[in-house]
Amino acid sequence: MKVPILKQGNLLIASIQSALSDDDLTELREELTRMVGEKRAKGVIIEVATLDVIDSFATRTLRSIAHMARLRGADTVIVGIRPEVAFSMVQLGLSLAGIHTALDLDDGMELLRKLRERPES
Amino acid sequence: MKEQLRSETRTLIREEPDIVSARSAVRDLAAQLGFSNVYLTMIATAVSELARNILQYARTGEIRARVVQNCSVPGIEIVASDSGPGIADVEKALQDGYSTSGGLGIGLPGVRRLMDEFEISAASGTTVTARLWQRKR
Repeated sequence: MKVPILKQGNLLIASIQSALSDDDLTELREELTRMVGEKRAKGVIIEVATLDVIDSFATRTLRSIAHMARLRGADTVIVGIRPEVAFSMVQLGLSLAGIHTALDLDDGMELLRKLRERPES
Repeated sequence: MKEQLRSETRTLIREEPDIVSARSAVRDLAAQLGFSNVYLTMIATAVSELARNILQYARTGEIRARVVQNCSVPGIEIVASDSGPGIADVEKALQDGYSTSGGLGIGLPGVRRLMDEFEISAASGTTVTARLWQRKR
């Protein structure tokens, strides 16, 4: 597994360390979806600060991770998108609409805490 | 000894990890021209989409990049070529949201938005040529 996934309380933190191929991203998706159940996680944070490119495939995979985790009962936050990556994503017409994002790990954890406190609707 | 500057790169696209190799090769070449991080990321993202198109539609092909000049303004030219089935309707392929493969349909129109110049020839196989010029500082 190319991306280490740490468990902290009821959170899973996946910290991407290097450029990822499509297969690596797909593997991350399978692994996180499996671990949400195994570790009974309520939140997932994916740190992407080291990614120098987030293209259409990466965007689609990140989005599907968040949707799958949601179906398994966990909220996902993508943290650390670099400014130049954000710029390219917008130019390319890619969006993570409907997916939680935060500036960094601390903000991501804070956001998950707030999400868990929301009243059930 | 002075490190020799490379003026072109060529990456064969045969399998999926080649996408990552192609974008880092082109990015390194563009970095020599002094493109800022924002532009390097745009170039790498464009290469990523073009390389994935090759794998998806033609299975094999190549990405070449070279340094070009226009009235002493340097730029980078990316050529993505394959001998696959070509594109039946180029106009349509350049529309946002159009895809014949079940993808996002963002590839070609997206690449066109990222780069300054964009040409496509899809007569036999597909060749996409895209250029980005160095901005004056």
